Formats: sequence, C-alpha cells, structure tokens
Amino acid sequence: MKKYIKGFFDYRFLLSELVKRGIRLKYRKSYLGIVWSLIEPLMTTAVLVVVFGALFDRLKDQTFATYIMCGRLTYTFFQNGTKGASKAIRGNASMIKKVYVPKYLYPLSNVLYNFIIYLISLVVLVPVLIISHLAPSLRMWKLIPAIVMLLILTIGVGMILSVLDVFFRDIEYLWNVLLMIIMYLSAIFYPIERIEKHHLMWLLHLNPLYCIINLFRGGLMHYSNSLWEYGYPFIFGLICFVIGFIAMKRKQDEFILHL
Amino acid sequence: MQPTVEVSHLGMKFNLSQEMHDTLKDYFINLFAHHQKMKKDEFWALSDVSFKLYPGDRLGILGLNGAGKSTILKAIAGVYHPTTGYVKKKGKLAPLLELGAGFEPQYSARENIFLYGSILGYKKEFIQSKFDEIIDFAELRDFIEVPVKNYSSGMKSRLGFAICTAVNPDILILDEVLSVGDKKFRRKSEDKIMSMFDGNVTVLFVSHSLDQVRRICNKAMILDHGHLKCFGDINDIAPIYEQMTQEDPEEIAKREEQARKNRARKLRASRKTKGRDIIRMTNNLGITPEQAMAALDIPEEKYQIYRDVISDIEENEGMLTKQEALKQAAAEEAEIDREATFPDEEEQQAVGDSDN
Repeated sequence: MKKYIKGFFDYRFLLSELVKRGIRLKYRKSYLGIVWSLIEPLMTTAVLVVVFGALFDRLKDQTFATYIMCGRLTYTFFQNGTKGASKAIRGNASMIKKVYVPKYLYPLSNVLYNFIIYLISLVVLVPVLIISHLAPSLRMWKLIPAIVMLLILTIGVGMILSVLDVFFRDIEYLWNVLLMIIMYLSAIFYPIERIEKHHLMWLLHLNPLYCIINLFRGGLMHYSNSLWEYGYPFIFGLICFVIGFIAMKRKQDEFILHL
Repeated sequence: MQPTVEVSHLGMKFNLSQEMHDTLKDYFINLFAHHQKMKKDEFWALSDVSFKLYPGDRLGILGLNGAGKSTILKAIAGVYHPTTGYVKKKGKLAPLLELGAGFEPQYSARENIFLYGSILGYKKEFIQSKFDEIIDFAELRDFIEVPVKNYSSGMKSRLGFAICTAVNPDILILDEVLSVGDKKFRRKSEDKIMSMFDGNVTVLFVSHSLDQVRRICNKAMILDHGHLKCFGDINDIAPIYEQMTQEDPEEIAKREEQARKNRARKLRASRKTKGRDIIRMTNNLGITPEQAMAALDIPEEKYQIYRDVISDIEENEGMLTKQEALKQAAAEEAEIDREATFPDEEEQQAVGDSDN
C-alpha cells in the first residue's frame, strides 16, 4: 500500500499535466473557453425549466430552477466523467505503447478534469438560488458529503468501465443506454412528488446518483434527508472504487495486448 | 559490480486468438470454442532469454525480422509485462521507441514537451530548465506554438528525440532511432548518443545495420525466433551474424534462374515485334525482308533468327484477320513498353542484344 501511495506522488506531475490537457482541449478553439462551463448549464437549465415547468405546471414555483439545476449539474458530471474514463485507455494507446505509466492515471485524470469543470460550473447555482429566493443556510454542509461521494462513485464506475472497454468495445454503446436509464431514474427534470406514491419508487432509491442529487437538493432547498441517502451512495461508491482499482491492477498488464 | 539490467528467463507470450475478440459477441463465441483453439494460437515472441548488462555495456541486438528484437526492448522498457521470468533495472531509463508517436496532436510543441516529459517521469523544474535546449536541438524554434498535428513526421521525430535525450540516463534504449530525419540531423543525433556514452551508461540498441552496431556497441546478441542464439563480445558475434544473413546458395540460384527466364521471354517478345515490323515493311514498301532487316540495323549473323521469327508469325497469325492481328500486335507492344519503363540493367542488355 505504501508503495502505491509513493508511486502516486511520483506521478502527480503527470496527473496534473493530464488533467490540464483535458481542460485545455475541451475548450480549445472556442471563443468563450472555460466560460462555457457556466453558460451551458444555465442555458440548458433554462430550456428544461420552461419545457418541464409548462408540462408539469410548475412555472409559478420559483424553486423549480434550483431543483433542475441540482440534478442536471450532477448528472452531467457523472455522464462526462464516466464516458471520458471509459475511453481513456484506448485514447492514450500511443503513449501506453511507449512508456510504462500506471494505467489508472488515464481514467483518473479524465474524471478529475471533468470534476474541476464541474466545480467551476457550481458557481451558476448562485444566480439560480437568487432567482429561486432561497437563502443560504447551515444545511448547505450536505453539499460536501454529496460532492465527495459523487467523486468517489464516478472514479469507481469510470475505472471499471475503462478496464472493460479495453476488452470489449461494446461497453461504450451499452453504457450510453445505461446512462439514459440512470438519467430517468435520477428525477432530474420531473418533480418527485409526481411519482412518490408509485410502486416503482424503490428503483430511484437504489440509484446512488438519485440519492446524491437529493442530498444536494436537501442542502439547497432546506429539507431533511434520510440516513439511506447518506449511507447508500457512499457504500455503493466505495465498492465501485475498490472493484475498479483491483480490476485495474489485475488487468493493466494485459491492456497492451488489446490496444 | 552490480548489473544495471538483468534479464532472467524472460518469456513473452502473445495470444493471437485472444487479441481478436473485441466485442462481447466474439467473447462469448470464443468462450465455447476456446479450448481447442487456444493452444494453436499461442505465440512466444521471446522464450527463456537471460543476460546481464553492467554500466558501460553497449549491447547491439541483432536478428532477422520477427526475431523479437523490439519485443525485448519493450519488455525491458516496462511496456510489456513478462509472461515468464523477470527484468530488473537500476537507474534512470530513457526509452527511445517509436519516436514521434505519443504526442497530443492538438497541443503545441511547448505543451507537448511538458506533457511528454511528465510521461517520461521528468520533474517540472527539470523540463523548464531544459526547455530551450530541447527546442534548439529539435530545430523547432520557429514552430513552438504550432500544433503538432501540423508537423511533418521528421519534425515530430526530432522533437521526440530531443525530449527523450534531454536526460542523462543510466539505461538508454534505442530502437533503430538513428535513422531519424535528414542526414544532418542523423549525424547530430548520433553525436548526441555518442556523447552520452562517455558516462557509464548502459545501451540497448536494435539495428539491422551491422556496421552501425559495430560502430556503437561493444557487446552483441543474436535473437532467432525469440531464442537467444548467442551473446558476447561484438567481435565474436559479428561473424556469426554475417554468416546468418548470408543467403542460401540454392535461393540465389533459383532467383537467377527466374531472371534468366524473364530475359529470354522479353527477348522473344522484342524479336516478335521486330519481326512484325519487317513484315509490315516488306508488304508496304515492297522490299525484301533482308533489306528491311538492314534498314532496322540488324546484324547479318542474326538474319536467320529473324527469318524463323517471321515465318513463325506468318504461320500463327496468318489465319487471323488483319484487324485482329493489329490489335494483338498493339497489345503486345504495350506490354513491352510497360516492361521497358522499369528495366533492370541486365534486361536492358538482353533487349539490346537483339539489335546488335
């Protein structure tokens, strides 16, 4: 274990270079650059608020914008992070073929650069909270465990996907479908009251991303969360994280044969 | 003295069938079909290779194509994980493999130097201190901010070479990299490599050129289908390699026979064309075949050959209509033209023969 932590410190400059590359290339050649990480969620949320606000008759509810923004930001990070990580090994094949570097750095750097963009984009919550007339409160501490759990979960899932993707290209397409299912099970743009009584509600509680989003909403919109919503995503994320790193450690020597 | 590189019973197995299932469908198909197939598709690129290198050793790795030369370098560089045995290294390693690959195409040279340097394990301060040296050595001062995707392959290799050689390594791995760029840069890079030798560096060098290996290395080994054939002083190994690469006399004889047949075929074709010319001249101009031959500068002693050719043509093509005969003639001439575009010296001589 000590050896791995020491190894991690040896490679932290490489990790920071890889993270930098992700951010730089994402907005390269666009005029607004990183500002897009603020504008884009604002614009898409505006669209979602209008469309689903009208559909569910929630246009008069000022907090609906916050409701949607919490879900959208969180889900988008999870989506971009896992998708990017799943392609990371293949995308860096030419480097992997030349120099030995611990392979987990590639998917990890992918998740981390998306995480940094996510953290920046959280700034847009400020104007949205003002529009929603929601004052900051002590409940906002919930954002911290929510964000930490989200990061662990995304790294874990991304790591598992990146290992699988080396051996089976199908993962990319399969994951797109799964992501869509996860999106609908996260209650991003429909009001949760609508389905609270539904007999399939337990499916949402089994979605760790839904629990994390709900923590977010609880923190910003001042309602309390169940213990399940704190514990389940944490345990789920930790299991994914451990599986991901074990799979990576066991299989990384075989990657080169499949690239 | 402790060895800097110790390779012990190194074996590299590649599984050809396994590499082919890229999709889940293939995987499940292979699950059932595996047991019989697996064994057949195993391929040992290296088996049971052992040797030790000490500081100052410069090893030339020789062998025919597919002998496992690049595989052994990659196994030592750590890119491949050994199937059996182990590789132990001591000190800083500079792998010069596939120069010019591994750059981020959208990045400029400046950004790539930092990214690539970090992959090679350089520290940030180290790259900053060496930055100008790298740029000047690669001769890319005017292109620092240009994305690498717009570079020529020579520029990319130069940049790769400059970054990889910025360190003073303890172990230097060279995979035919001394053929980078134009002649000037090639000399420069060879000088740079040579200057690294002054220290106690251990070099592993793959090349097909025995002269180059003789110039650079003091030790050599020959790989043959993944097996270590011999290992020792360059002066002992070089004659063995020379003998190995000498061609089989039977092979040479076979090739010469083939060339002789080709020459004969061409000679016949060319005589046939001339024969047709003679026939056309006698028909159109009302002269005797001998006069026509004289007009075509055919030496007298070959008249008889051409007479035979002419009678042969008349016999075979007399039955064809005139148009068909012309078409056939045109096709044959076109073929001769085509062959004449890339003639060997020998063949030219042979065709010339008929004229003299």
